Amino acid sequence: MIGYLARRFGQAALILLGISVVTFVLLYLLPADPVRQIAGRSATAETVDNIRRQLGLDLPLWEQYWRYLSNLLSGNLGRSYLQKSEVSELIAARLPASLLLMAGAITCELVIGLTMGVLAAVRRGAWVDNLLMVISFIGVSAPQFVVAILLLYVFAVQLGWFPIGGYGTFAHLVLPSLTLGLLGAGWYARMMRSSMLEVLRQDYIRTAQSKGLRGRIVLFQHAIPNAILPIVAMIGIDIGMFMSGIVVVESVFGWPGIGQLAWQAIQRVDIPIIMGVTLVSACAIVIGNLVADLLAPLIDPRIKLR
Amino acid sequence: MSIIAPELGMPIAPTRPIRAQSVLGRLLRRPMAVTGLIIIAVVVLAALFAPVLTPHDPNEQYFEGLTLEGAPLAPNGQFWFGTDLLGRDLLSRLIVGAQTSLVIGVVANGIAVILGSLVGITAGYFRGIVGAVLMRFTDLMMSFPALLLAIVLAAIFRPSLWIVALVIAMVNWVQIARVLYTETRSLSEREFIEAERALGAGSLLILWRHILPHLVSTILVWGTLGISTTVLLEATLSFLGIGVRPPTPSWGNIIFENQTYFATAPWLVFIPGAAILLLSLAFNLLGDALRDILDPTQQGSSS
Repeated sequence: MIGYLARRFGQAALILLGISVVTFVLLYLLPADPVRQIAGRSATAETVDNIRRQLGLDLPLWEQYWRYLSNLLSGNLGRSYLQKSEVSELIAARLPASLLLMAGAITCELVIGLTMGVLAAVRRGAWVDNLLMVISFIGVSAPQFVVAILLLYVFAVQLGWFPIGGYGTFAHLVLPSLTLGLLGAGWYARMMRSSMLEVLRQDYIRTAQSKGLRGRIVLFQHAIPNAILPIVAMIGIDIGMFMSGIVVVESVFGWPGIGQLAWQAIQRVDIPIIMGVTLVSACAIVIGNLVADLLAPLIDPRIKLR
Repeated sequence: MSIIAPELGMPIAPTRPIRAQSVLGRLLRRPMAVTGLIIIAVVVLAALFAPVLTPHDPNEQYFEGLTLEGAPLAPNGQFWFGTDLLGRDLLSRLIVGAQTSLVIGVVANGIAVILGSLVGITAGYFRGIVGAVLMRFTDLMMSFPALLLAIVLAAIFRPSLWIVALVIAMVNWVQIARVLYTETRSLSEREFIEAERALGAGSLLILWRHILPHLVSTILVWGTLGISTTVLLEATLSFLGIGVRPPTPSWGNIIFENQTYFATAPWLVFIPGAAILLLSLAFNLLGDALRDILDPTQQGSSS
């Protein structure tokens, strides 16, 4: 167990190190000279040289990487070209909004996905089951920005049930969470369906039924709790999907999270911010996978640690 | 990761080499697959015959294409799908946009499949240090959110059509590499490969004659599903303003140009949106059906 933990943490640390190398190389590849961007067009050659030295861009490559890495480790993600503030502060200020959105999305996706999955498994082959399949296909094929605009158009513009965008109340949270959640819901529905079918085949379900328990009790007390177990660990893996989704969803709904921050940075080619958000997301994904791996055996003792 | 990869990381068990005719026959017996094939055929025909099919010049800003107040026209007898903010014919732009989507879908996905196959098969067959390094790199790329990585790359290299295709390929090769790695690994441990090696056959010959034919069905399935992901990624990048640049129409940048008017001119968002959804759906349906047909051990969604 301890060996497994050490190895798994070691792997995660290695991947994080690799991520820092990739982001460093990407930053280095940039055709736009960061010194010019900071100094402005009218700066003299002397000023440019000064800034270059201040930033350490005259050092050899490995030394630059070393500085970059030690900065990262102390939480310094660099400065925005245009906003004249620390990227880490900009991200920290917007992280709570994104986390709130993520919580909303996970709730939507679990409630919709698991309900659909259970219904489909219980009514296997019936219209609910077929409908589920169609919906889950559409869910993975629909461009999120179109879903976002569609929900806005129907529920905010036409029906007026929710605000058109922004942040602050519970009503603001509903549509963006739903947009993000729908994609995952189809995917959870399919997994829950096959997990339920697997559980319903088991002997203990047949025993429960044959000793005369009513169908609903068998379903809610025996089948569903067991079928949910393998699904829970998937939430950690989901984080990658969210991190891609929030750029689009936050920009459409005007949600002030790190996705919108990245989108605004894209419009102004403010690379340090885009890179900072990418780095934070990649870390979130690595940690999410790690947590999922560690949770899996706790939830389902049949999974052996290797 | 990715935003759109369905059923990631579920390798398909190695199967016997496939016969094209029987596969097509079995595809045609599945309503979902036929739906997918029809949609793809319509889009391909539209793209191929775009110059003949477009009812209007896609780039002409028609004077009669705007109301007296300068607002775009809703779908009507002259402009079937309405006009955009500049008075251009939406249907004609959609037809030309089909070319963009297909070119990127085929080119980007083609590069991704080739790259993913090279990495996955090499790592799976040779293993050792080469394999370990390649697969750790694949894992590393997997922990970047696909869309964000594509955004960074697109921001670095000012995008044109081909750069967008390349950027998408750089992001999308990862899943196929993972799947092929697992399969090649298990294949290369099988007796018939051991026997070939014992007989002194060279690695390249074994790979080409004995390993690759067994991987064709997997490559076909993932290649088809990958086009769906690619179409979505291109549309999303163009929607964010860093994909295909206007005036070249793409379904994503049509929405990008018109999104602020979605409340008053919803057709400008939802008609191209429906086109993106249908094309992506079509490749998903086809890929899923192919998986069901080519791999009897894997239970597809219709089981």
